[in-house]
Amino acid sequence: MAVVRFWKMALAAGLAALTFAGCDGGAPRFAGIDITGADWGRDFRLQDPDGRTRTLADFRGKYVLLFFGFTHCPDVCPTALTRAAEMKRSLGADGSRVQVIFVTVDPERDTPQLLREYTGAFDPTFLGLRGDAEATKRTADEFKAFYEKVPTGASYTMNHTAFTYVFDATGRLRLSLPHSMTAAQFAADLRTLMKNAS
Amino acid sequence: MRSILLASALCLAALPAAAQVTVKDPWVRATVPQQKATGAFMKLDSAAGARLIGGSSPVAGRVELHEMKMENNVMKMREVKGIDLPPGKTVELEPGGYHVMLLDLKHQVKAGDVVPLSLVVQTELGKIETVEVKAPVRPLNASAGGGEHGGMHMDMKH
Repeated sequence: MAVVRFWKMALAAGLAALTFAGCDGGAPRFAGIDITGADWGRDFRLQDPDGRTRTLADFRGKYVLLFFGFTHCPDVCPTALTRAAEMKRSLGADGSRVQVIFVTVDPERDTPQLLREYTGAFDPTFLGLRGDAEATKRTADEFKAFYEKVPTGASYTMNHTAFTYVFDATGRLRLSLPHSMTAAQFAADLRTLMKNAS
Repeated sequence: MRSILLASALCLAALPAAAQVTVKDPWVRATVPQQKATGAFMKLDSAAGARLIGGSSPVAGRVELHEMKMENNVMKMREVKGIDLPPGKTVELEPGGYHVMLLDLKHQVKAGDVVPLSLVVQTELGKIETVEVKAPVRPLNASAGGGEHGGMHMDMKH
Protein backbone atom coordinates (compact mmCIF):
# COMPACT_ATOMS: atom_id res chain seq x y z
CA MET A 1 0.00 0.00 0.00
CA ALA A 2 2.73 2.39 1.05
CA VAL A 3 4.60 1.35 -2.05
CA VAL A 4 1.69 2.24 -4.29
CA ARG A 5 1.29 5.60 -2.55
CA PHE A 6 4.99 6.28 -2.83
CA TRP A 7 5.05 5.61 -6.54
CA LYS A 8 1.93 7.63 -7.10
CA MET A 9 3.59 10.48 -5.29
CA ALA A 10 6.86 9.98 -7.14
CA LEU A 11 4.95 9.92 -10.42
CA ALA A 12 3.10 13.08 -9.50
CA ALA A 13 6.38 14.75 -8.56
CA GLY A 14 7.93 13.56 -11.81
CA LEU A 15 5.01 14.87 -13.88
CA ALA A 16 5.15 18.16 -12.04
CA ALA A 17 8.86 18.39 -12.78
CA LEU A 18 8.24 17.64 -16.46
CA THR A 19 5.46 20.19 -16.67
CA PHE A 20 7.73 22.80 -15.17
CA ALA A 21 10.55 21.88 -17.50
CA GLY A 22 8.12 22.17 -20.41
CA CYS A 23 7.19 25.71 -19.42
CA ASP A 24 10.54 27.39 -19.33
CA GLY A 25 12.86 24.57 -20.32
CA GLY A 26 15.19 25.29 -17.43
CA ALA A 27 13.33 24.55 -14.22
CA PRO A 28 15.39 22.44 -11.86
CA ARG A 29 14.52 18.78 -11.51
CA PHE A 30 14.73 17.08 -8.17
CA ALA A 31 14.59 13.50 -6.96
CA GLY A 32 12.72 14.89 -3.95
CA ILE A 33 9.45 16.78 -3.89
CA ASP A 34 9.63 20.45 -4.85
CA ILE A 35 7.53 22.32 -2.29
CA THR A 36 8.78 25.80 -3.12
CA GLY A 37 6.14 28.33 -2.11
CA ALA A 38 4.68 26.20 0.69
CA ASP A 39 2.89 28.34 3.27
CA TRP A 40 4.02 26.04 6.06
CA GLY A 41 7.40 25.04 7.47
CA ARG A 42 8.33 28.71 7.72
CA ASP A 43 10.27 28.70 10.96
CA PHE A 44 11.01 27.00 14.25
CA ARG A 45 11.94 28.18 17.70
CA LEU A 46 13.79 25.53 19.69
CA GLN A 47 16.76 25.13 22.04
CA ASP A 48 20.20 23.86 21.07
CA PRO A 49 22.15 21.66 23.51
CA ASP A 50 23.73 24.80 25.05
CA GLY A 51 20.27 26.07 25.93
CA ARG A 52 20.32 28.84 23.32
CA THR A 53 17.11 29.52 21.42
CA ARG A 54 17.57 28.94 17.70
CA THR A 55 15.37 29.98 14.80
CA LEU A 56 15.74 29.55 11.06
CA ALA A 57 17.20 33.06 10.75
CA ASP A 58 20.31 31.88 12.64
CA PHE A 59 21.20 29.74 9.64
CA ARG A 60 20.81 32.30 6.85
CA GLY A 61 23.41 31.61 4.19
CA LYS A 62 23.26 27.86 4.82
CA TYR A 63 21.21 25.17 3.15
CA VAL A 64 19.33 23.71 6.08
CA LEU A 65 18.29 20.05 6.17
CA LEU A 66 15.80 19.49 8.96
CA PHE A 67 14.20 16.28 10.08
CA PHE A 68 12.40 14.85 13.07
CA GLY A 69 13.57 11.85 15.05
CA PHE A 70 14.51 10.48 18.45
CA THR A 71 17.65 8.84 19.78
CA HIS A 72 15.88 5.69 21.04
CA CYS A 73 15.29 4.91 17.37
CA PRO A 74 17.64 2.14 16.20
CA ASP A 75 16.77 2.23 12.54
CA VAL A 76 15.42 5.21 10.59
CA CYS A 77 17.08 7.98 12.63
CA PRO A 78 20.67 6.72 12.49
CA THR A 79 20.07 5.88 8.83
CA ALA A 80 18.88 9.44 8.14
CA LEU A 81 21.82 10.97 10.00
CA THR A 82 24.30 8.62 8.31
CA ARG A 83 22.83 9.54 4.95
CA ALA A 84 23.09 13.26 5.76
CA ALA A 85 26.75 12.79 6.72
CA GLU A 86 27.43 10.87 3.49
CA MET A 87 25.68 13.57 1.50
CA LYS A 88 27.72 16.28 3.18
CA ARG A 89 30.97 14.44 2.45
CA SER A 90 30.05 13.89 -1.17
CA LEU A 91 29.33 17.60 -1.62
CA GLY A 92 32.99 18.27 -0.89
CA ALA A 93 33.67 21.95 -0.18
CA ASP A 94 29.96 22.74 -0.66
CA GLY A 95 29.24 20.47 2.29
CA SER A 96 30.19 23.36 4.57
CA ARG A 97 27.24 25.31 3.13
CA VAL A 98 24.85 22.73 4.63
CA GLN A 99 23.49 22.73 8.17
CA VAL A 100 21.85 19.50 9.31
CA ILE A 101 19.27 19.88 12.09
CA PHE A 102 17.79 16.96 14.01
CA VAL A 103 14.63 17.92 15.91
CA THR A 104 13.70 15.44 18.61
CA VAL A 105 10.10 14.32 18.95
CA ASP A 106 11.03 12.73 22.28
CA PRO A 107 12.26 15.64 24.44
CA GLU A 108 11.39 13.61 27.53
CA ARG A 109 14.27 11.20 26.97
CA ASP A 110 16.44 13.24 24.59
CA THR A 111 18.25 15.50 27.01
CA PRO A 112 20.45 18.29 25.62
CA GLN A 113 23.58 16.31 26.44
CA LEU A 114 22.29 13.16 24.77
CA LEU A 115 21.31 15.12 21.67
CA ARG A 116 24.78 16.65 21.47
CA GLU A 117 26.50 13.28 21.81
CA TYR A 118 24.14 11.64 19.36
CA THR A 119 24.27 14.10 16.45
CA GLY A 120 28.00 14.58 17.04
CA ALA A 121 28.60 10.88 16.48
CA PHE A 122 27.54 11.36 12.85
CA ASP A 123 29.12 14.75 12.15
CA PRO A 124 30.43 17.37 14.56
CA THR A 125 28.53 20.14 12.75
CA PHE A 126 25.11 18.45 13.02
CA LEU A 127 22.82 20.17 15.47
CA GLY A 128 20.18 18.62 17.70
CA LEU A 129 17.29 20.87 18.71
CA ARG A 130 14.60 20.31 21.28
CA GLY A 131 11.69 22.06 22.86
CA ASP A 132 9.23 21.29 25.60
CA ALA A 133 6.16 19.21 24.72
CA GLU A 134 4.30 22.28 23.49
CA ALA A 135 7.13 23.66 21.35
CA THR A 136 7.73 20.19 19.89
CA LYS A 137 4.07 19.93 18.90
CA ARG A 138 4.04 23.44 17.48
CA THR A 139 7.14 22.74 15.38
CA ALA A 140 5.81 19.43 14.04
CA ASP A 141 2.48 21.09 13.19
CA GLU A 142 4.29 23.86 11.34
CA PHE A 143 6.00 21.20 9.20
CA LYS A 144 2.82 19.13 8.79
CA ALA A 145 4.80 16.41 10.51
CA PHE A 146 3.17 13.67 12.52
CA TYR A 147 4.49 12.00 15.65
CA GLU A 148 3.01 9.92 18.44
CA LYS A 149 4.09 7.79 21.34
CA VAL A 150 3.60 4.05 20.98
CA PRO A 151 3.57 2.02 24.19
CA THR A 152 5.78 -1.09 24.28
CA GLY A 153 6.35 -3.44 27.22
CA ALA A 154 7.13 -1.11 30.10
CA SER A 155 8.23 1.79 27.90
CA TYR A 156 7.38 3.52 24.62
CA THR A 157 8.68 4.12 21.16
CA MET A 158 7.67 6.76 18.61
CA ASN A 159 6.06 6.93 15.20
CA HIS A 160 7.05 9.98 13.20
CA THR A 161 7.15 11.52 9.75
CA ALA A 162 10.38 10.61 8.00
CA PHE A 163 10.69 13.43 5.47
CA THR A 164 13.79 15.60 5.37
CA TYR A 165 12.94 19.26 4.73
CA VAL A 166 15.40 21.39 2.79
CA PHE A 167 15.67 25.17 3.04
CA ASP A 168 17.74 27.23 0.63
CA ALA A 169 20.31 29.76 1.81
CA THR A 170 17.69 32.51 1.94
CA GLY A 171 15.59 30.50 4.42
CA ARG A 172 12.90 29.44 1.95
CA LEU A 173 11.51 25.91 2.27
CA ARG A 174 12.24 24.22 -1.06
CA LEU A 175 12.19 20.44 -0.88
CA SER A 176 10.73 17.53 0.98
CA LEU A 177 12.88 14.42 0.64
CA PRO A 178 11.31 10.99 1.33
CA HIS A 179 13.23 8.51 3.45
CA SER A 180 13.54 6.18 0.46
CA MET A 181 16.04 8.53 -1.21
CA THR A 182 19.77 7.74 -1.18
CA ALA A 183 22.67 9.93 -0.07
CA ALA A 184 23.61 10.39 -3.72
CA GLN A 185 20.10 11.62 -4.54
CA PHE A 186 20.20 13.98 -1.57
CA ALA A 187 23.54 15.37 -2.75
CA ALA A 188 22.27 15.75 -6.33
CA ASP A 189 19.21 17.69 -5.15
CA LEU A 190 21.39 19.95 -2.99
CA ARG A 191 23.73 20.59 -5.90
CA THR A 192 20.77 21.47 -8.10
CA LEU A 193 19.49 23.90 -5.49
CA MET A 194 22.92 25.49 -5.09
CA LYS A 195 23.49 25.73 -8.85
CA ASN A 196 20.15 27.37 -9.47
CA ALA A 197 20.69 29.90 -6.71
CA SER A 198 23.99 31.25 -8.01
CA MET B 1 17.27 -41.87 -5.76
CA ARG B 2 16.58 -38.19 -5.85
CA SER B 3 13.03 -38.70 -4.63
CA ILE B 4 14.26 -40.84 -1.75
CA LEU B 5 16.68 -38.13 -0.75
CA LEU B 6 13.96 -35.54 -1.01
CA ALA B 7 11.63 -37.69 1.04
CA SER B 8 14.20 -38.15 3.77
CA ALA B 9 14.99 -34.46 3.72
CA LEU B 10 11.31 -33.72 4.23
CA CYS B 11 11.18 -36.27 7.05
CA LEU B 12 14.15 -34.66 8.72
CA ALA B 13 12.58 -31.25 8.37
CA ALA B 14 9.44 -32.56 9.99
CA LEU B 15 11.18 -34.19 12.92
CA PRO B 16 10.14 -32.66 16.20
CA ALA B 17 13.78 -32.23 17.14
CA ALA B 18 15.53 -29.05 18.23
CA ALA B 19 14.49 -25.86 16.54
CA GLN B 20 18.00 -25.73 15.12
CA VAL B 21 17.95 -22.01 14.85
CA THR B 22 21.16 -20.63 13.50
CA VAL B 23 22.14 -16.99 13.60
CA LYS B 24 24.35 -15.32 11.03
CA ASP B 25 25.90 -11.84 10.87
CA PRO B 26 24.57 -10.57 14.19
CA TRP B 27 25.44 -6.97 15.06
CA VAL B 28 24.43 -4.30 17.50
CA ARG B 29 24.44 -0.59 16.76
CA ALA B 30 26.83 1.38 18.98
CA THR B 31 25.47 4.03 21.32
CA VAL B 32 26.70 7.31 22.77
CA PRO B 33 27.23 7.42 26.57
CA GLN B 34 23.83 8.86 27.52
CA GLN B 35 21.83 6.66 25.17
CA LYS B 36 19.70 3.99 26.84
CA ALA B 37 18.53 1.95 23.87
CA THR B 38 19.79 0.40 20.67
CA GLY B 39 18.96 -2.30 18.15
CA ALA B 40 20.41 -5.72 17.34
CA PHE B 41 20.23 -7.11 13.82
CA MET B 42 20.94 -10.57 12.38
CA LYS B 43 19.92 -13.28 9.95
CA LEU B 44 17.99 -16.22 11.39
CA ASP B 45 17.49 -19.69 9.95
CA SER B 46 15.41 -22.44 11.43
CA ALA B 47 15.66 -25.86 9.85
CA ALA B 48 12.43 -27.13 11.41
CA GLY B 49 10.58 -23.84 11.75
CA ALA B 50 10.27 -21.86 14.95
CA ARG B 51 9.22 -18.55 16.36
CA LEU B 52 11.47 -15.97 17.98
CA ILE B 53 9.61 -14.80 21.07
CA GLY B 54 12.08 -12.80 23.10
CA GLY B 55 15.53 -12.52 24.54
CA SER B 56 17.82 -11.14 27.16
CA SER B 57 21.25 -9.58 27.36
CA PRO B 58 23.57 -8.68 30.22
CA VAL B 59 23.93 -5.16 28.76
CA ALA B 60 20.19 -4.42 28.75
CA GLY B 61 17.53 -4.24 31.41
CA ARG B 62 14.92 -5.35 28.90
CA VAL B 63 14.84 -6.86 25.45
CA GLU B 64 11.90 -6.51 23.08
CA LEU B 65 11.15 -7.45 19.49
CA HIS B 66 10.23 -4.46 17.34
CA GLU B 67 9.07 -3.96 13.80
CA MET B 68 9.69 -0.82 11.76
CA LYS B 69 7.50 0.02 8.80
CA MET B 70 7.32 3.02 6.52
CA GLU B 71 3.73 3.94 5.82
CA ASN B 72 3.08 6.97 3.68
CA ASN B 73 6.43 8.45 4.73
CA VAL B 74 5.65 7.95 8.40
CA MET B 75 8.08 5.72 10.28
CA LYS B 76 6.03 3.35 12.40
CA MET B 77 7.56 1.32 15.18
CA ARG B 78 5.77 -1.29 17.21
CA GLU B 79 6.51 -4.12 19.55
CA VAL B 80 5.74 -7.59 18.23
CA LYS B 81 5.10 -10.66 20.36
CA GLY B 82 7.06 -12.92 18.07
CA ILE B 83 8.74 -13.27 14.70
CA ASP B 84 8.01 -16.41 12.70
CA LEU B 85 10.99 -18.34 11.38
CA PRO B 86 9.56 -20.58 8.66
CA PRO B 87 11.56 -23.75 7.90
CA GLY B 88 14.30 -23.29 5.36
CA LYS B 89 13.80 -19.55 5.00
CA THR B 90 16.26 -16.90 6.15
CA VAL B 91 14.58 -14.20 8.17
CA GLU B 92 16.56 -11.00 8.25
CA LEU B 93 16.38 -8.67 11.19
CA GLU B 94 17.76 -5.53 9.61
CA PRO B 95 17.23 -1.78 9.46
CA GLY B 96 14.00 -1.27 7.56
CA GLY B 97 12.23 -4.20 9.21
CA TYR B 98 12.46 -6.21 12.41
CA HIS B 99 15.05 -5.75 15.12
CA VAL B 100 15.79 -6.90 18.62
CA MET B 101 15.50 -3.82 20.81
CA LEU B 102 17.90 -3.53 23.74
CA LEU B 103 16.41 -1.20 26.36
CA ASP B 104 17.51 0.23 29.69
CA LEU B 105 21.14 -0.19 28.67
CA LYS B 106 23.43 -0.63 31.65
CA HIS B 107 26.36 1.02 29.90
CA GLN B 108 27.41 2.43 26.58
CA VAL B 109 28.01 -0.15 23.85
CA LYS B 110 31.03 0.80 21.77
CA ALA B 111 32.05 -0.18 18.28
CA GLY B 112 34.26 -3.24 18.55
CA ASP B 113 32.60 -4.56 21.71
CA VAL B 114 30.82 -7.90 21.59
CA VAL B 115 27.32 -8.05 23.07
CA PRO B 116 26.05 -11.43 24.33
CA LEU B 117 22.41 -12.07 23.50
CA SER B 118 20.22 -14.99 24.53
CA LEU B 119 17.39 -15.38 22.07
CA VAL B 120 14.32 -17.31 23.13
CA VAL B 121 12.66 -19.37 20.44
CA GLN B 122 9.65 -21.62 20.47
CA THR B 123 9.64 -24.73 18.31
CA GLU B 124 6.68 -25.80 16.22
CA LEU B 125 5.72 -28.14 19.07
CA GLY B 126 5.85 -25.40 21.64
CA LYS B 127 9.20 -26.26 23.17
CA ILE B 128 11.15 -23.25 24.45
CA GLU B 129 14.82 -23.09 23.56
CA THR B 130 17.58 -20.55 23.96
CA VAL B 131 20.04 -19.56 21.28
CA GLU B 132 23.22 -17.85 22.43
CA VAL B 133 24.53 -15.13 20.16
CA LYS B 134 27.66 -12.99 20.33
CA ALA B 135 26.94 -9.82 18.40
CA PRO B 136 29.79 -7.49 17.46
CA VAL B 137 29.04 -3.80 17.83
CA ARG B 138 29.15 -1.69 14.68
CA PRO B 139 29.51 2.10 14.73
CA LEU B 140 26.42 4.20 15.33
CA ASN B 141 26.59 5.33 11.72
CA ALA B 142 26.75 1.79 10.29
CA SER B 143 24.63 1.39 7.16
CA ALA B 144 21.87 -1.15 6.86
CA GLY B 145 23.17 -4.64 6.15
CA GLY B 146 26.74 -3.62 6.86
CA GLY B 147 27.13 -1.94 3.51
CA GLU B 148 26.13 -4.81 1.27
CA HIS B 149 22.83 -3.13 0.52
CA GLY B 150 24.08 0.43 0.60
CA GLY B 151 22.15 2.73 2.87
CA MET B 152 18.53 1.93 2.40
CA HIS B 153 16.16 -0.56 1.03
CA MET B 154 12.64 -0.16 2.17
CA ASP B 155 9.55 0.70 0.16
CA MET B 156 11.59 1.28 -2.97
CA LYS B 157 12.81 -2.25 -3.54
CA HIS B 158 10.71 -3.89 -6.25
